[in-house]
Amino acid sequence: MSSTAASIGSADPYRLGQRGPNLARGHGGGGPATKRVIVGYGFWLFLLSDIIIFACLFATYAVLAQATAGGPAAKQIFELDRVAWETACLLASSFFCGMATIAVAKRNQLLTQVTLLATGLTGLAFILLESSEFAALNAQGFGPSRSAFLTSFYTLVGCHGVHVTAGLLWLGTMMAQFFAKGFRPDIGRRFLCFSMFWHFLDVIWVAIFSLVYLVGTRL
Amino acid sequence: MLGKLGWDAIPFDQPIPLIAGAVVMLALLGVLIWIAIRGWIPYLWNEWITSVDHKHIGIMYILLGLLMLLRGFIDAIMMRSQQALAFHAQGYLPPEHYDQVFSAHGTLMILFGAMPLIIGIMNFVVPLQLGARDVAFPTLNSVSFWLTATGALLVNLSLVIGEFSRVGWLPYPPLSELRYSPGVGVDYYLWAVQISGIGTLLTGINFVTTILKIRAPGMTYLRMPMFCWTSLASCLLIVAAFPVLTATLAMLTLDRYLGFHFFTNEAGGNAMMFVNLIWAWGHPEVYILVLPAFGIFSEVISTFSGKPLFGYRSMVAATLFICIVSFCVWLHHFFTMGAGGDVNAVFGIASSIIAVGTGVKMYNWLFTMYGGRIRFTTPMLWSLGFMTTFITGGLTGVLLAVPPADFLLHNSMFLIAHFHHVIIGAVIFGVFAAITYWWPKAFGFRLHEGWGKAAFWCALAGFYVTFVPLYVTGILGMTRRLQHYDVAEWRPWLLVSVVGVVILICGAICQVIQLVVSIAHRDELRDVTGDPWNGRTLEWATSSPPPVFNFAVLPPVQGAEVYWQVKQRAFEHQRLPKEPDYEPIEMPRNSPTGFVCAFFATLIGFALIWHIWWLMIVGLAGAYATFVVFAWRDVPEYMIPADEVARIDRENRASRQAVLSGAQWT
Repeated sequence: MSSTAASIGSADPYRLGQRGPNLARGHGGGGPATKRVIVGYGFWLFLLSDIIIFACLFATYAVLAQATAGGPAAKQIFELDRVAWETACLLASSFFCGMATIAVAKRNQLLTQVTLLATGLTGLAFILLESSEFAALNAQGFGPSRSAFLTSFYTLVGCHGVHVTAGLLWLGTMMAQFFAKGFRPDIGRRFLCFSMFWHFLDVIWVAIFSLVYLVGTRL
Repeated sequence: MLGKLGWDAIPFDQPIPLIAGAVVMLALLGVLIWIAIRGWIPYLWNEWITSVDHKHIGIMYILLGLLMLLRGFIDAIMMRSQQALAFHAQGYLPPEHYDQVFSAHGTLMILFGAMPLIIGIMNFVVPLQLGARDVAFPTLNSVSFWLTATGALLVNLSLVIGEFSRVGWLPYPPLSELRYSPGVGVDYYLWAVQISGIGTLLTGINFVTTILKIRAPGMTYLRMPMFCWTSLASCLLIVAAFPVLTATLAMLTLDRYLGFHFFTNEAGGNAMMFVNLIWAWGHPEVYILVLPAFGIFSEVISTFSGKPLFGYRSMVAATLFICIVSFCVWLHHFFTMGAGGDVNAVFGIASSIIAVGTGVKMYNWLFTMYGGRIRFTTPMLWSLGFMTTFITGGLTGVLLAVPPADFLLHNSMFLIAHFHHVIIGAVIFGVFAAITYWWPKAFGFRLHEGWGKAAFWCALAGFYVTFVPLYVTGILGMTRRLQHYDVAEWRPWLLVSVVGVVILICGAICQVIQLVVSIAHRDELRDVTGDPWNGRTLEWATSSPPPVFNFAVLPPVQGAEVYWQVKQRAFEHQRLPKEPDYEPIEMPRNSPTGFVCAFFATLIGFALIWHIWWLMIVGLAGAYATFVVFAWRDVPEYMIPADEVARIDRENRASRQAVLSGAQWT
């Protein structure tokens, strides 16, 4: 683990308990951080900004949730069974992504590829389930143009789906990079960002599941 | 094949945009041919277009900002002259064209003039002040710039292909919905602002990371120069506010393209939600622009008063106070919405309270000057002009923050006069102060003082003559955006306002002459010391222009105003600090990624505006391919050998030694 930690592991001067010349003392005088810290920190900021986009969509949904314009209300169209399967797929995907993080830290190419493939397949299953939900609603005539409620529903859930789809593309390039270039430090940093992104999508989904589907079928 | 695009998109019947577009295109073509004949294309490509150096990107941002400022100014001249003529008459701009002019003016000035100027100055100055080699993500920085340029290109393209938005600089629905604005104008606005907004968001992320993570060793938070603090606050606001813009414009886009019902009149849509969302971005945006300007004035006033900034910690606190409270005032843009007395009172009080932070800053600047040995250089004049102008402009703002007064003044020319008062007085004056102040650092020679002062006095006088009459017309009941009118009381004031515009034109001409004269006489204005103003912060410790790596060794920071201390010690002991041990420096390689990204972003934007779906797919595929190619690169950095670093730094030390053994700073 030690050699891995030096290259793509967590050589982080800001970590608690670590001693060294670069130790940060809490006033920011420690000098430039390592590349891994810089990249991870920047990506955290990006995720925060993405969370704000979702916050706007959640707020919009809250405002428009009752504006059904004579169309269906949330209670009439949500199928919790399918949503439960979607949730299971996405959480499993996150689990495999965590396994992949371990595989990358171990520098095991086979395990990395297998776990990333599992991450991707479960993610794809999520997308297919979500598409089938949207397709079924559309077939009944409940498309996004039907009412402001459906507009905000499709946009919020669809925005998450677009994120997952973009994540799948990114995942493919990550697998190709590990395969072609090996466990280079810069690719390790990119994978750090990818795994943060993937877990972040879970967090958003938990909010969607609770605030849109669970609350929607109760009210 | 070409979607909605056809020959009827070219406005053959409107000579003004057609001639203007032709002139601009001829000028661009001429410049390109000239560059090609002189054999400068490789230089342009290698040193500028593909550059990831924060200094070069900063200069390109400022160049873009100045060009768009000029374009927006031409729009302003057209509006003022139209209103001077259109008394009981139609003037020379038909309504549909006049509406495009004021929409383009606001969009260009805020998003493609002021923003690139402020971000350009941050780009150039912040890493130098922090003692850093570059920003945290240099290639991303280049992508940000080129995406901003894409947005500017799309707005200007609308001049000759199709039309621009006619619904104002913020596209309020339901007017901006497809039913009431069926043309491509709103689409041009949406995609231009969306694409450049993503660039701005990336800049915000980049600079927060830079300021918080790669400062020189020993530069604790409370040793950072004030401009870095205000830039940090501004970039935090960008990270928090620009996603709101992205989401809001995306919702309006969905309404227009896919028949969604966010803001429509039908099917339960809620138009007031757009107004709330857009101002939740729009008000912080004001502070995104003005906070860095406050930082510029802090640096300039401290330098030219020969004193450290008074009340540094209270200045930091005031900056962060403004940063947070700027998110609690957005509703004052629409007190008349009918949210009720209680809600209006809360936001009215918050809007008045936010002025306290600015008041703290004003007193700090005054006390910085108090007892100092003030040098009235051009940047200092801009700063003094700002202080007087901004106080009066701020006071009219406090007046507007009172809901009962706002009910009378809402959407009147009084409001127009108010926000021009604060934005021109703070942001534009700040930008010109910054350009004059940091120009020698960027190019190694000063700007001509005489022409600079002439430009300042014309701008100050022209500003007051233009906008004070507009306050009066507002009180006389004139609403904004009038293409023609028949109220005799307004006429004299609008004529006086045109005189002010003429003075402002003189100022702009002086500014151009200043640049031309300074470049022509650059050898006389040369600064070899790297520290022409007797500065206090780290950017003056390196040579002018700085080497690509900024600092030969990362400067160890032992206190606030580190360079001032080093300089005083050098004078005391009559020698420079010991020569450091030079080591090889790793720097990021140049990359065309930003330029290529912007190329595909332009294709995507143009295709979406005109509904050319195959072109959109080509653009998206190209953008993804660019991403993969960039990820596939094997050698992201190059090394500058220690000998080369030593050679460059010894030149800088020799010039400092010459100053030390020679006379004082002027």
